[in-house]
Amino acid sequence: MHELAITQSVVDAVCERAGGRPVRSVRVRVGVLTAVVPDSMRFCFGLVTEGTAAEGAQLEIDQPPGAGRCRTCAVEFTLTDLILLCSCGSADVEITSGQELQIVSMEVG
Amino acid sequence: MLREDDAPDHGHPHPDPHPHPHGCRRPSGAGETVTVEQKVLAKNDLLAERNRTWMTGRGIVAVNMMSSPGAGKTTLLERAVTDLGGRRPVAVVEGDQETRLDADRIRGTGCAVVQVNTGAGCHLDAEMMREALTALSPAEGSLLMVENVGNLVCPALFDLGERSKVVIISVTEGTDKPLKYPYMFAVADLVLINKSDLLPYVDFDVEQCAQHARSVNPDVRVLTVSATTGEGLAHWYDWLTEQQ
Repeated sequence: MHELAITQSVVDAVCERAGGRPVRSVRVRVGVLTAVVPDSMRFCFGLVTEGTAAEGAQLEIDQPPGAGRCRTCAVEFTLTDLILLCSCGSADVEITSGQELQIVSMEVG
Repeated sequence: MLREDDAPDHGHPHPDPHPHPHGCRRPSGAGETVTVEQKVLAKNDLLAERNRTWMTGRGIVAVNMMSSPGAGKTTLLERAVTDLGGRRPVAVVEGDQETRLDADRIRGTGCAVVQVNTGAGCHLDAEMMREALTALSPAEGSLLMVENVGNLVCPALFDLGERSKVVIISVTEGTDKPLKYPYMFAVADLVLINKSDLLPYVDFDVEQCAQHARSVNPDVRVLTVSATTGEGLAHWYDWLTEQQ
């Protein structure tokens, strides 16, 4: 259940950044190729924000899709999992999207 | 909790016609949108980088060992600290949710060890690593072996400041484990396939497992070992030496 620690990191960061102002909403970016489950994160967010400046805040989760680029044939394609295999047969694939785990913005005041 | 129907006044009298959907949470202009754009794990990553700098300055090489429970991490460590202890200083950080049992096993070999209990936590993080480094104060030039909490999911995300990550799988676990837990195998620098002495008794395909690991991590090294018989351990020790 690493989502609890991940979500705690989000809440700590936004509360610190808010400088005592109430946090109304938080937008995060969680790529589909991260090992983070959005529903678990939402569940944890309600628990972790209790008693903080972010209590009652809305959590908005953007989920960038997975994408990769083959270093052998240069084709770009969608990745739905971490199995890195291009249709040309090469496994030398660079992940270009889907591993984001970022706090994008928040609304305060 | 602020519910939609509790939202403060919009700043214009209702029932004015207005294009925005009703139940909007914020009155326009009342809140301030603050761009954050930082990694969720920025704080952990910063602490991990400090740990890395601290260790590098002292010639300490840390190896983060991760596996599911029961793959043989502690037995591998017992062998390693015994076999390598004469060559260079070796120290161990033991991570478990509860008990000091693993630290007691390592201490039995005469090796410096500190136990970190994570309680409800399912992984070590950089702050726990910092505290462990403070408590352990490893000698300069040490090999520091970190046994993470037995878990093939959560520890993959948390940098401790280590030089390398080792993922251990035992032959009793199933050939397809790298596909079932791809995030962990994707971050590994080395995969150790342990308990090779049991291969005659189980349906486990070493080469297929290695291929699965490479399908999520093309550059990963894979070594087959037995902490019980000692088979393959020399290659594992060579790899550890290469990390310096």
